[in-house]
Amino acid sequence: MKLEYTEQQNAFREEVRAWLKANVPAEPLKSFDTEEGFQQHREWEAKLYEGRWGMITWPEEMGGRGADLLQWLIFEEEYYAAGAPLRVNQNGIFLLGPTLMEYGTEQQKKRFLNGMATGKDIWCQGWSEPNAGSDMAAIRSRADLSEDGSHYIINGQKTWSTRAVWADWCFGMFRTDPESERHHGLTFILVPLDSEGITVRPIPQLDGLPGFAEIFFDNVKVPVDCRLGGEGDGWSVAMATAGFERGLMLRSPARFQETARRLVELYKANQQSADEDSNIRDEVMRAYMDAEAYCLTTYQTACRLMQGGKIGAEASTNKIFWSELDQRMHATGLKILATRGELEPESPDAGEVGKWLDGWLFSQSGSIYAGTNEIQRNIIAERLLGMPRK
Amino acid sequence: MDFTFSEDQLLFQESVRDFLVNEVTPEKIRELWQTESGRSDALWAQLAELGLTGMTVPEQYGGLGMNELDFVLLAQEAGYVALSEPLVNSVLVAAPLLIEAGNTQLADEWLAKMASGEARVIVGLEINKLVEDAHCADLLLLEKAGAVYAVNPAEASLRENKSVDPGRKLFAVEFEASTAVLLADGEQAQKLITRALNRGALGVAAQALGLAQRMIDLSVQYTSERKQFGVAIGSFQAVKHHMANIAFRLEYAKTPVYRAAYALANDLKTSSENVSHAKLVACEVADLAAKNSIQVHGAMGYTWEVDLHIFMKRAWAFNSNYGTAGFHKQRVATAIFNDGAQLGAGKTF
Ligand SMILES: Cc1cc2nc3c(=O)[nH]c(=O)nc-3n(C[C@H](O)[C@H](O)[C@H](O)COP(=O)(O)OP(=O)(O)OC[C@H]3O[C@@H](n4cnc5c(N)ncnc54)[C@H](O)[C@@H]3O)c2cc1C
Repeated sequence: MKLEYTEQQNAFREEVRAWLKANVPAEPLKSFDTEEGFQQHREWEAKLYEGRWGMITWPEEMGGRGADLLQWLIFEEEYYAAGAPLRVNQNGIFLLGPTLMEYGTEQQKKRFLNGMATGKDIWCQGWSEPNAGSDMAAIRSRADLSEDGSHYIINGQKTWSTRAVWADWCFGMFRTDPESERHHGLTFILVPLDSEGITVRPIPQLDGLPGFAEIFFDNVKVPVDCRLGGEGDGWSVAMATAGFERGLMLRSPARFQETARRLVELYKANQQSADEDSNIRDEVMRAYMDAEAYCLTTYQTACRLMQGGKIGAEASTNKIFWSELDQRMHATGLKILATRGELEPESPDAGEVGKWLDGWLFSQSGSIYAGTNEIQRNIIAERLLGMPRK
Repeated sequence: MDFTFSEDQLLFQESVRDFLVNEVTPEKIRELWQTESGRSDALWAQLAELGLTGMTVPEQYGGLGMNELDFVLLAQEAGYVALSEPLVNSVLVAAPLLIEAGNTQLADEWLAKMASGEARVIVGLEINKLVEDAHCADLLLLEKAGAVYAVNPAEASLRENKSVDPGRKLFAVEFEASTAVLLADGEQAQKLITRALNRGALGVAAQALGLAQRMIDLSVQYTSERKQFGVAIGSFQAVKHHMANIAFRLEYAKTPVYRAAYALANDLKTSSENVSHAKLVACEVADLAAKNSIQVHGAMGYTWEVDLHIFMKRAWAFNSNYGTAGFHKQRVATAIFNDGAQLGAGKTF
């Protein structure tokens, strides 16, 4: 054990910091759940790509830097500390990208990876359906192979698809074997959202903005070369994606450490009123310790993986930990803001309320998306602890 | 940057775990509860033979010359079996204090005996009020009124207090300063005491991790066997989630404990803050393990016969050992609310 950065790691941090300092927009971008904001974020992705900072963990020959997980953590720390924009193409770069590298044909890699990296193609995910939420194996949307075998014809409905309103492509799972049940007979398919027969219906989220959407498929023709992996192998390909997502890269510790830092500042600036509630000081301290623990455990996992370990139940333990931490921190922030806590930041009497309300609203979804926390607890009990399934 | 233990450290942990699980069984613990001293010379000799009592004793005295980081996983295993021999305190608190006190005569006299298992050196800090295992001490190192003394047990009077945990032996110890050797006073004593306290708290934190794991294991086993409504109660989701709640928190208590061990071993400026974080979260997870474990055991968990209480009671006792939650929160607060505090992304290491 050596809890010190190497010289190269420090130099890498300096390089990231310098680039961000010169390039992070001075004015915060509009929300990427608005049309204008989405475009701004797409341009930011292009800028990151130009600096080769868009997907540093990708291999160099694919435009990345071949960064290891520790470099990724360092990058993220600088990224959040610099207040850089949220990543509109997280789905592409962190989820589909690595899956494509593992399961895609050479031709698919050539075709898709670059557009993903430059921000030309923004991707959304299509797993959930009205009757397939936590129970993803209940997927019913169908993809039927055409008689000549050249394309699939997709019919059905996906829902809750984040960024789908302005995205270019969707990746997801469809039932290719109509006789099949559960996780058999599903196939992973990439679908251009401008295909004929697709209707995207925006769904406003708690903040009123259309952060996700329903996608209807009405005889949508998709060429077979948009299939990722073999026909009927969708479940295992999808699990690889879910593994990356829940595993490590969905929420880096830096995000929560910055929230904890802001919470300490907020508390100190309002200490007199905050201390009227004797719990608040304790909650602030705990926020700091928990964010710190999340960082420590993530570093431990990263080091273990770099030494050849495999990601296991950490995927579930960390999903619960960060999502519940995020909710607690924002709840405390709002308590400190007291009567101003309910005010939208642009309200005339809001004062410096920052993004606490916005963060609070978003934190409500953290225990739901990417596998609900109940499902994660089931996984921990059954797979990590070996408790009986039935 | 490398946040993993070495292969040697992990192998040592494994062999110590095997030894302890075989030797320090619940049956053995119950037998020792029936004895006057509650301690076993035979077991102590075995621990010495494994090199454990001399882990932090310098090699020149026949010890292994290792540090907090080498021992933290072993302390965890001591917690897993609720070991009552004063091993953790001896390795983490007594030997380093004896070394740091700088009295070469005492060091020469006692360190080799500690390593060989011939002698038990016991430390009493005022933060704990009572002194654990004072009855089996060959030498006492005691804090009194801001000074640290070496006390011959024959010159001390002991008054036993009973703990809820029959494995813990606690004594009020009185002695006359005039009969003792003054090791340090003033600022130097403060320094020694803080360092001893930090190491003691680390030992408790590491053992608390082991206790939590043991209570999970006992509960998983019990709920997989016990049937109600025709099925194993462990298949009920409410029962599963009780266990999952311990298990995920345990993952986020371990790394603060390991970081604290690293900080002490490398004498980092953040040691006190790191130890306090570790002590708080490790004791909390052991406490939660106790709460949820007794619940999933039903009435069985409320009995003396079922082994769960051996571990539960140790966890309860540990809550205020080497500093209450209030004490440790205060230290964390001092660190993070001060104006120069380094907080936020990229400031952890
Ligand atoms: C902000 C946000 C973004 C999202 N983005 C996407 C996206 O981009 N693409 C996509 O495909 N989906 C997306 N989702 C959908 C998400 O994956 C689902 O919401 C999630 O899987 C839960 O499904 P559900 O909403 O149907 O809830 P349900 O499955 O109906 O669950 C409702 C409640 O019942 C509980 N429950 C269900 N089954 C069990 C069980 N076996 N044991 C215990 N409790 C159970 C759940 O934990 C939950 O508390 C998003 C959701 C949100 C909130």
